[in-house]
Amino acid sequence: MSQDLADGVTERQLLQSIVEVARYVYGAAASSVFMVDPGTGELIFAAVTGSGGEQLIGTRFPAGTGIASWVVASCQPVIADDLDGSDQFARDAASSTGFVPSTIMAAPLIADGECIGVLEVLDRYSLTPPAPGRELHDMELLGLVAVQAALGLALLRRHERAGRPAERLESLVARWAGRPVSSAVDPLALTLLAASVDLLDRP
Amino acid sequence: MAVTEPQWRRRRPLQFPGLPAWSMPATAARSESFSISAFPGIDAEWAWGGADGSGVTVAVLDSGVDGTHELVAPIARGWQVASGDEGQLRLEECVPVDTAGHGTACAGIIRGIAPGAEISSVRVLTDGRFGSGSALLAGLDHAIDQGFDVINMSLSTTRPEFRPRLAELADRAYFRRCLLVVSAHNLPVESYPWNFSSVVSVASHDDDDPMTYYYNASPPVDFHARGARVPVPRPGGLQGRSTGNSFAAPHIAGICARILSKHPWLTPFQLKSVLYHCAANVVKEAGADVAGPR
Repeated sequence: MSQDLADGVTERQLLQSIVEVARYVYGAAASSVFMVDPGTGELIFAAVTGSGGEQLIGTRFPAGTGIASWVVASCQPVIADDLDGSDQFARDAASSTGFVPSTIMAAPLIADGECIGVLEVLDRYSLTPPAPGRELHDMELLGLVAVQAALGLALLRRHERAGRPAERLESLVARWAGRPVSSAVDPLALTLLAASVDLLDRP
Repeated sequence: MAVTEPQWRRRRPLQFPGLPAWSMPATAARSESFSISAFPGIDAEWAWGGADGSGVTVAVLDSGVDGTHELVAPIARGWQVASGDEGQLRLEECVPVDTAGHGTACAGIIRGIAPGAEISSVRVLTDGRFGSGSALLAGLDHAIDQGFDVINMSLSTTRPEFRPRLAELADRAYFRRCLLVVSAHNLPVESYPWNFSSVVSVASHDDDDPMTYYYNASPPVDFHARGARVPVPRPGGLQGRSTGNSFAAPHIAGICARILSKHPWLTPFQLKSVLYHCAANVVKEAGADVAGPR
């Protein structure tokens, strides 16, 4: 991602792009992303397309329920087909997207070794039903889409992290500027400062 | 097909920069021939013919098991990971329940293949942070201590700090004749313990027969078992169909339970060898030294 492009991209935009692609690839009724709160394990509804559940973005769901938590737990893509309205998975999906699906496909978003979110596709092939026996192919393709999405998220987060210290460095330099040079500086602080300068000098 | 290099010595491709590709595509199976040294007397009839898993204990290390579901019951015992007084994890006995449904699906598959097996639940994925490696380790340690013959693990951890302890536990299980059957990862991420040589790792194939499985000559995945459109029990007494490697591992766990009920003194390395010889792409006429697609 170039500096200029990354500067203008927000995580919300990237997530929206991910669900749009996933929905289009499968001709699905809807696609959504849940992000994992690293502190609580809660799933945060972060993006959706196709079902009109946009007003629920930001809603938190407790860890431990729904097919998204299967995925977080096992770090594996899964498909649950033949759902009906009484099924808990279908109800969970309905509570975030506003409609009751009959199939759910979900894959983990793994960045830097952690599952940071779950990409779901609801009622795939809703327009043109596929030939039977495509489940493993569908799952594999979703895994590939999820890996690309997770790489994008990881790069964006890395870019954001890299952007923050630059501001702090400026304020640190400003604080340091104009200080009288004194021999009374803590030797440990001097050692750490020297190490920091060496690190900052690295290409 | 001419094979210039054995599958087991090929380099694993780096599919994505920065992510080691330990995985393999879920659909890649049975496409190549490979050389074998066959034991002609070992076949499916010898291995599990007439057996139903009776006398064999199986633990499902997962989100719990719904012990009331008719496709799963009875569940012999249930435990769950809980926090001790000083924050350390401990296992406490509990009524077998499952709010997520993942473990119930796995237990139902095992019950369908080995109806006589004694199945217990070790709930390591509770209402707290899912995927906690600490809970996984505590539960696995407990299950090994309990002396189960087979432990099904349709889960893994991606956190490398847990790898050394998991490797110790997997070795301990192996030496205590406790077989770990673990679902393989089909994403290009490194996770554990499915890629350890001391466990049996399982990915999916696309056939609908629950007893058909294939040997994989390109490690670290050992076998491909049924993992697509698998009929599974769901919470609330429901049923449905699911797809994923999570549901392939319990097929091999169930088959192992049947083998052990007929041959109770097999060690894990013998059992893995029996699985190899009875795989659908290895069973062949005596005397031939090549197996592969059928």
